[in-house]
Amino acid sequence: MIRMQQSVDSTQAIADSDAVAVERTLAGDRDAYRVLVERHSHNVFRLAYRMTGNRHDAEEVVQEAFLRGYQKLGQFAARANFGTWVYRIAANYAIDRMRQRHKEEARREAPRAKHRDEMGDDPLNHVHDKAPTPERLTQSIELRKQMEQALAALSEAERTAFVMRHWEGCGIEEIAEVLKSSSNATKNTVFRAVQKLRKTLQPFVGTRSQASAMGTES
Amino acid sequence: MKHMTEEELIAYREGVAEQRAAISEHLAACVECRGELARLEAVLAALDSLPVPDPGADYGREVWKEIAPRLAERPGRWWQVWMEPRRLTAAGGILALIITAFVVGRFTKRGNTGENVENKELVRERILVVAVGEHLGHSERMLIELSNEAPNDPKQKEVDISAEQRRAEDLLQDNRLYRQTAMQEGDAGLASVLDELERVLLDVAHSSGEVTPAQLEAIQKKIEARGILFKVRVVNKELQQRQEAAKPAPAQNESAKRERNKA
Repeated sequence: MIRMQQSVDSTQAIADSDAVAVERTLAGDRDAYRVLVERHSHNVFRLAYRMTGNRHDAEEVVQEAFLRGYQKLGQFAARANFGTWVYRIAANYAIDRMRQRHKEEARREAPRAKHRDEMGDDPLNHVHDKAPTPERLTQSIELRKQMEQALAALSEAERTAFVMRHWEGCGIEEIAEVLKSSSNATKNTVFRAVQKLRKTLQPFVGTRSQASAMGTES
Repeated sequence: MKHMTEEELIAYREGVAEQRAAISEHLAACVECRGELARLEAVLAALDSLPVPDPGADYGREVWKEIAPRLAERPGRWWQVWMEPRRLTAAGGILALIITAFVVGRFTKRGNTGENVENKELVRERILVVAVGEHLGHSERMLIELSNEAPNDPKQKEVDISAEQRRAEDLLQDNRLYRQTAMQEGDAGLASVLDELERVLLDVAHSSGEVTPAQLEAIQKKIEARGILFKVRVVNKELQQRQEAAKPAPAQNESAKRERNKA
């Protein structure tokens, strides 16, 4: 009973903060890492899914991020935020995974890729042949497909920058670190991503009313 | 009046604009720029509606279950990762193959540098061929057993597939490693089949240990629909042929790889 109480207390103490869990893990308490995994898995999954666009890859990214996190935990600066740190590892691995996927798809669909090259690598080319019709516009499934295609047409860096900035609210410096790029270049990557998405999706999305435009500042 | 550029509006919307106050001021006075921003926001709002699947309340625990067996006792020491029993076995196998290749190399006539490079590539590929062939064999047997599972009694409410599920979990980790290696080696055809196999293994590994006959049928149909057993057999057969070939010429080897990539 006393032992059980001690165990509960110990788990509670671990849950108190990531820093304590990291310290305990480094001291050899492997179960302390479980707290970190259980606490941050959902957030890392959300990022990974948005970056890779599919559940299968997202799950792989999550597992790999925590495995790498564990292996590199000795390099983790105690003052840093574990959540942000593992997030960065996940983003880096997701970029690698996206690159692999693109290569794989390019090999599998060589003739289509060749055609795309001939047309120029403009995401607009992916949708020009599908002019929006009233029927299509009413189909949210079709819009979803267009959005997924538009996201897939972004480069790895553009998609990473967009996901991390727009959806995850990460700072430009943090994104720049993942992209191994400068702040200005990262800002430009965000612009490019939004520009491309807008060009591709504008024909499929209705504009908001003028009245709603009055309260645009966010 | 000078209107805002698209870049300025995007920067404003994404919260990275340097002159935020000036842009706000301009927007308050300019209907045209507000309209432009509204169009931009409509696109972003549509993108915000893209759903992210909920991995479930137990997801954290599931991730832990997957990675826990692969963690070393203490983090931070890279060599400890290779001390895990599973990796030790795999590493031992690979080491044995490398030693064999080295010994064979010592007793064969040395060629020029170009030939040595080709030989190294050949050895690397043989190692992959042997290990993957074995892995595909195990996967095929597990999938056949799962496909043949059926309730003993029509009234039976649940079928125990926990053995297949555990095997799928084990195979999943190896599969991931081999797929990544195949990708690095430029063997896209093999990587593609391993990728498909991984999805099936993932489904089985994530299913419950005891399933209803309907759930079992759904899993079996999924296996059948993907044609994964056939694909695994074809690739495994090809790997066996490559393995059996005493000394395949590198040129032939590359051409086989290209042929499979095409397929």
